[in-house]
Amino acid sequence: MAHSSLIGRAVAARSQAFLLVLLAIAVLVPVMNLAVPAGSFFHIPSYGVSLFGKYVCYALLALSIDLIWGYCGILSLGHGAFFALGGYAMGMHLMREIGPRGVYGDPILPDFMVFLNWKELPWFWHGFDFFPFALLMIVAVPGVLAFVFGWFAFRSRVTGVYLSIITQALTFALMLAFFRNEMGFGGNNGLTDFKDILGFDLQHDTTRCGLFVASILALGLGYSICRFVVRSKAGKVLVAIRDAESRTRFLGYRVEGYKLFVFVLSAMLAGVAGALYTPQVGIINPSEFSPANSIEVVVWVAVGGRGTLIGAVLGAIIVNGAKTLFTGWFPEIWLFALGALFVGVTLFMPKGVMGLLRGDGGGGAKIKLLLEKLGAARTGRMLR
Amino acid sequence: MKETNALLYLDNVTVSFDGFKAINNLSLYIEPGELRAVIGPNGAGKTTMMDIVTGKTRPDTGDVLWKGEVDLTKEDEASVARLGIGRKFQRPTVFETHTVEDNIRLALKADRGVFTTLFAAVTGAEKARIDELLNLVRLTARRHEPAADLSHGQKQWLEIGMLLAQEPELLLVDEPAAGMTDDETMETAKLLRDIAGERSVIVVEHDMDFVRMLDVRVTVLHEGSVLSEGTLDHVSADPRVVEVYLGR
Repeated sequence: MAHSSLIGRAVAARSQAFLLVLLAIAVLVPVMNLAVPAGSFFHIPSYGVSLFGKYVCYALLALSIDLIWGYCGILSLGHGAFFALGGYAMGMHLMREIGPRGVYGDPILPDFMVFLNWKELPWFWHGFDFFPFALLMIVAVPGVLAFVFGWFAFRSRVTGVYLSIITQALTFALMLAFFRNEMGFGGNNGLTDFKDILGFDLQHDTTRCGLFVASILALGLGYSICRFVVRSKAGKVLVAIRDAESRTRFLGYRVEGYKLFVFVLSAMLAGVAGALYTPQVGIINPSEFSPANSIEVVVWVAVGGRGTLIGAVLGAIIVNGAKTLFTGWFPEIWLFALGALFVGVTLFMPKGVMGLLRGDGGGGAKIKLLLEKLGAARTGRMLR
Repeated sequence: MKETNALLYLDNVTVSFDGFKAINNLSLYIEPGELRAVIGPNGAGKTTMMDIVTGKTRPDTGDVLWKGEVDLTKEDEASVARLGIGRKFQRPTVFETHTVEDNIRLALKADRGVFTTLFAAVTGAEKARIDELLNLVRLTARRHEPAADLSHGQKQWLEIGMLLAQEPELLLVDEPAAGMTDDETMETAKLLRDIAGERSVIVVEHDMDFVRMLDVRVTVLHEGSVLSEGTLDHVSADPRVVEVYLGR
């Protein structure tokens, strides 16, 4: 009993430490941007704040993948779709907030609609000028799509690689749809040229810092929700489904219900991540739906350590940090580096960065095991 | 609905896969509290019979009734389990990454809904029941270890413990003695005999010594239907059974 409470305390301590680090970052980054003078070594430039903010959004997206993949074995290769839908919902609000300040000066229609010679706002654009409605749509649209998709997929018992393939098809289909001008989401160019959010100028440093803090808060809240779920009895059922789905069914659990619940929750988290991403990057376009994006997120989670939550956050930040540096230094080899990273992690760090930090299942352990085997073989020979 | 007092009632059940009749006009009745052994050569339809009872496979024709009132052919695995039918797989299947204790906890009879389990806490009664079951399957000392660390025989026992935690009225047990030492096999036979009486148990087994230890009514399946039924001595003396087992 002492054993389990010890583990419990260690886990609780780790998650408290994680939330404290997030809090510290939420305070430090804005201070280092706004209060520290520009010449100082400790100054963070404004583009840096938005860049870090983008990483935080990616971290929340990675967290949403880890919740379903790490704990329930659902490998979604289409989560970029939910992220992009959340991003578009926010983008639509920001477009409406531009009002008459667009290039064409139309008080209601966004520029791209004037350009396409549209006379009135499509029905699905109504309501987005009202911020709370946009907030609702940010979680509702990905949530409803995930519910409908999951309802059919999980009831038909589509699992494993087949599920992964249809999630890819989902995001690919949405990408093609959003590329079309007739869809009414700005086609190829997407939504951009945003002016302000809730009346605050998006180019202003304080707004950027505000968005950064909001992203950190969303990540902290998302992490807390995920942690609550995975530590509950329902979370243990999810792991049970991951490890032995039919055993779980024969115990009387309705597996599809659990999968649907966690898939919808995950899609909503991804939607929130996308919504915070759009104003910080300044644009949302159909390329966010591209199937390769969704696959990349899975790589982040694998690098950080699947089924650890914190690992997903670390993986997203490490890989994207490396991506920013690498694409700056040697843009040609980034994709090779990413591929090598994934192969390397799978071979030598099956439990990712978190496994390495905890000292189990990391490269060290593997090498030690190999040495032990060699040692045993040698002893065997000597005995003979 | 047919009039029957049997706990489980299979009548004229047939199921075929791509024209092959895995179960052919099978009829089988299990009384409350009965312990029954089902034997038969490979491909006799033992596992398919379990699949039909537990809602995994739908029969083409025939009746499968639970307590004479519930039509089991219309239920899925989860609802069959909730009705009170537990199933142990041939290969021991436990939740490897969960602790032994959590394996039992997940199996305990309780509301299985997502939103109930999301907010569920372990009650005192549950804790006592977990202790009791761990004691019964002799895994108290290993309760905090992941189930993956157990030996093959211990996993078999853990799975039986999980079945009992469901508080089923009927247990379907597929080759419980596979991979066990002689001592473990003997203990398992004793455990199953203890369980029966309060609950009904159907044991599917290859091992004749084990069936002898159980000392119960035996049903011999062959090519999807019942070939012979009675005590082990009776069926062993049946020339048709001898022919099936020894070849023709």
